[in-house]
Amino acid sequence: MRTLTTGFALLLAALGASASEIHPPAQATAGTAITIATSGSGSASFYLIGPASASKRQVQAGSDISVDSEQLEHAGRYTAILCASDGCASASFVVNPAAPNRLSFLVHPSRVPVDSPNRISAVAFVFDNFHNLVLQPESVTFSILPKDGKEVSARRNSENGVAWVRLSSARKEGATRLGTAIGHANEIRVVQQVAADACNLRIRASRTKRDLLVETDPVRDCSGNSVPDGTVVSFTKVDGAGKTTVDVPIKRGVAKVEMPVEGRARITVASGVVTGNELEVAGAQ
Amino acid sequence: MVMKRGLPILLAALTAALIVIAWFQSGAIGRREMRSASTPDQAVRLMLSQIQGHNFDAAYARLANKSDVDKNTFVREFNGSYGSLLTIASLESFDVWGLHTTDQEATMRAKLHYSTGVGPLDDIRDLKVERAGDTWKVFWPVDRAAKLPPQVIPVNYLRWDIISRGSGDDWGVQNVDSPQVRILSMNAIQRPDSVVLVGEVVNEDSVPAYVNVGATLLDPNEKELAQESSFDKIAHTLLPRQVSPYRIDFPGMRLDKIKSVRMDAKALLIAASADPVIEVNQQKLENDPLGKKVLSGELTNQSGQIVNIPHVIAAYYDSNGKVIWVSDGYVAQALLPQVPVPFAVDLPPDIAKNVQTYRVVVNHYDTTS
Repeated sequence: MRTLTTGFALLLAALGASASEIHPPAQATAGTAITIATSGSGSASFYLIGPASASKRQVQAGSDISVDSEQLEHAGRYTAILCASDGCASASFVVNPAAPNRLSFLVHPSRVPVDSPNRISAVAFVFDNFHNLVLQPESVTFSILPKDGKEVSARRNSENGVAWVRLSSARKEGATRLGTAIGHANEIRVVQQVAADACNLRIRASRTKRDLLVETDPVRDCSGNSVPDGTVVSFTKVDGAGKTTVDVPIKRGVAKVEMPVEGRARITVASGVVTGNELEVAGAQ
Repeated sequence: MVMKRGLPILLAALTAALIVIAWFQSGAIGRREMRSASTPDQAVRLMLSQIQGHNFDAAYARLANKSDVDKNTFVREFNGSYGSLLTIASLESFDVWGLHTTDQEATMRAKLHYSTGVGPLDDIRDLKVERAGDTWKVFWPVDRAAKLPPQVIPVNYLRWDIISRGSGDDWGVQNVDSPQVRILSMNAIQRPDSVVLVGEVVNEDSVPAYVNVGATLLDPNEKELAQESSFDKIAHTLLPRQVSPYRIDFPGMRLDKIKSVRMDAKALLIAASADPVIEVNQQKLENDPLGKKVLSGELTNQSGQIVNIPHVIAAYYDSNGKVIWVSDGYVAQALLPQVPVPFAVDLPPDIAKNVQTYRVVVNHYDTTS
């Protein structure tokens, strides 16, 4: 705030006086040193007010003022002010972003069910080396790098520093890598394509020494992918002793549970909102 | 001189008076009267008051079947064990009444009111009391629960751990998304003193989720009337595709004042384990000894890990498959591997008559971690 106030005061002073002159280039590139020509004579103060910093130093009016590259890393409008004994002079110039060399790559979601059209959003923000958003259209390459498939890539022009694509998930589960590249920059993100809801959930029962062993067939989605281990399968048994329920996580592709049975029993299975087949067991069958 | 002696005398008299008042207030006079336990009621009351005062030696000494009851087991029945709910509870009060009395024996019913870390907990015990000379003594039921022999139970259930984006990572570096959860159903019910929202929520993702369901009631002008969450009336940790009932209570609210309800299911990605698996056996709707409608059953821990505090949540459905009520209850005992533990959760009688089926899930809390 103090810097701004000082800058504003100097600017007002510079507008009111016109003995010394300052001639910066109209355009500059972020992170590139420039030289500002001045006129006048004697010792003077040089102020450089940028979008993120302000500096002051003593210079000799009438000689060229060199501005280091570190002072011009932030793109935006800069004001150079020269104050000598005969008054102040100011001039503005624009620092443009440098060549694109960084990307921020946002991919959403990080997990997606298989075979979901346009479900994946990949957005790339184009920056230069100094974190300035490059607003000019630039060609950004997006690529899909499947684990066991051919790389597919497409180019998109950025608009106001942003380029994006929408992608569909594959029919096969597994991690897939999404990449984006521009200049020397490239970023990779991983999207986990997971099995969808269980499909054709089926159970079978067999007798053990004491109880009834109920287990599912390998649990797969409608595309044939194995539903991940840890997914809960709910077994329900109704017999003479009452009702028994147990939520069992899938382990090595199947879920199984041992339950005691009294007389005739009806056993059902479900996983989330998907229900499976129903078994009727009686006595020692 | 008179003043010098008067003050100590006054203080001594005051102290003595306070001790007498405290003695009366603590019920010591009652206990003294009951020391003889000349009736079955007095025998049970005396034993329970000694337990309440943590005087377990005296309570144990009053048992008629001391030789059959292990003292440590008797103490554990009230003090809890294996990090169970009773380890963070105290016996606050009790009610005793007779069920059946003869000259030589009686059956008494005791309702024990515990104050626990998760709220009040009631335990009903039917106790046999027997005359022994001039006094009555309590027969403590012998614990016949099967004990699991020492063994190694191999467990290879899944566990999910999370590596999140680091604080030093650049903006735009991908984080892991929150799990996808979905509210499957919601039903608003008018109860005599409140509006209750019941329903079910599912974790649709392939990773575990910590879920909480909130609701906001809106009036006809879309103005917020009240906001509540399911608090502990939900199984917060949901494994992939797991379904939990939820219940949200709005005390003092009327359904006719509400135009709409805004539901909000929040899910956080958490590290979790697929262990333990708890089987819920012998579920049935019945009347408890007090005549209340309850859903009772047995919990069996199928894993090798001890479950400290089991929490039973039951969803009740009508003939159309709509959730019409959700009730829950904490179980006082810890679940040891393979050892069945009974449970019962209340059900309002007016709702019980419409219940067609029900579903029980078991949540659990660790006191050791």
